[in-house]
Amino acid sequence: MKESTIMKIHYGTALASVGLVAVHILMRLTTGFADSLSYENVLANYRSVPYVIMLELILILLAVHGFNGLRVILLELKQGRVYEKAISYGCVVGMMILIGYGSRTIIMTNMGMV
Amino acid sequence: MAQVSSTADEQAPNLLSTSKSVLLKISRFNPESDDSSKFMEFSIPYQKWTTVLEAILDVKKHFDHSVAVRYSCRQATCGSCGMLINGKPRLACFTKISELDSDVVTVEPMNNFPVIRDLAVRFEKLFDKHQKIKPYVIRDDTELESDQREFLQSPEEVEQYIQFANCIKCGLCNSACPTMATDSSFVGPQALAQAYRYVADSRDKGNDDRLNIIDESHGIWRCHFAGSCSQVCPKGVDPAMGIQFLRGYLLGFRN
Repeated sequence: MKESTIMKIHYGTALASVGLVAVHILMRLTTGFADSLSYENVLANYRSVPYVIMLELILILLAVHGFNGLRVILLELKQGRVYEKAISYGCVVGMMILIGYGSRTIIMTNMGMV
Repeated sequence: MAQVSSTADEQAPNLLSTSKSVLLKISRFNPESDDSSKFMEFSIPYQKWTTVLEAILDVKKHFDHSVAVRYSCRQATCGSCGMLINGKPRLACFTKISELDSDVVTVEPMNNFPVIRDLAVRFEKLFDKHQKIKPYVIRDDTELESDQREFLQSPEEVEQYIQFANCIKCGLCNSACPTMATDSSFVGPQALAQAYRYVADSRDKGNDDRLNIIDESHGIWRCHFAGSCSQVCPKGVDPAMGIQFLRGYLLGFRN
């Protein structure tokens, strides 16, 4: 993939994350502490399908943005063909594992398995 | 290498007589024989108009002819005498001692370049990266054919790139760039500014080619926009601005 395409995704995910995380924080702030963060209420949030979709989107956006940021930092730290390939593929794998594990948690909670 | 302290008035009576003198500290390093660089100190008399290069040449003439320094035109045109002067990348021929406002002048080789010896650094990578971005007008036709006229430009079209055509390839921008300090494969502000110079040229038809070259993992996207390249340019070129304009092309904001 072209670097400009990757960076467009990087900037896009950053902007979208800011928007969705702002909605997420506003939802926490509009309810009292107990209503927002007590164990039962946190679980109850996961039963709401629109909210779950937003959480999943935040997870994907932050994972893509974060792992690409990590890739960029590591590429600047050291150079070399093998190293750069390892970093690029390593970051893609890391991103997929994080999204997979996070999605599993969201889905299990949504289905009442937690 | 032994550290040397000497007084110009005692050892070189033929120098310009003046009441002002400056302590010139020159970094000495030979990669073939030294493990690390050391400073040699010289007390040098100077006038209001004395440049750092003239002071170094005084040292070569009167104290130690083995000091390695690259220079040529002495008028900020050839871009040969770039070095760190009191920690900042500058041209030695374009920096007056009196303007530094300091009793001590420290000269070191430029950062981000391999040192040949003392103040002289290797420019091969700079020139390779410059060459890589195809620094020439690319066209299918030519003005050399008898029935063709020269490629005319309006003053507005010239204004788009003329600032960037002032680059003298001195390497000061690359020396000041924080990304180049860690990423040796980074194209660098000099080559990127020159890429913009030709991309913005209305006569050029090689934009796609050139933008593809800089659109790679160690290309234009690794610039953090620190802006230090623009601060140190002795010719008033603004590489940081050129890089942002180039990003505009790659992001689709400019045609």
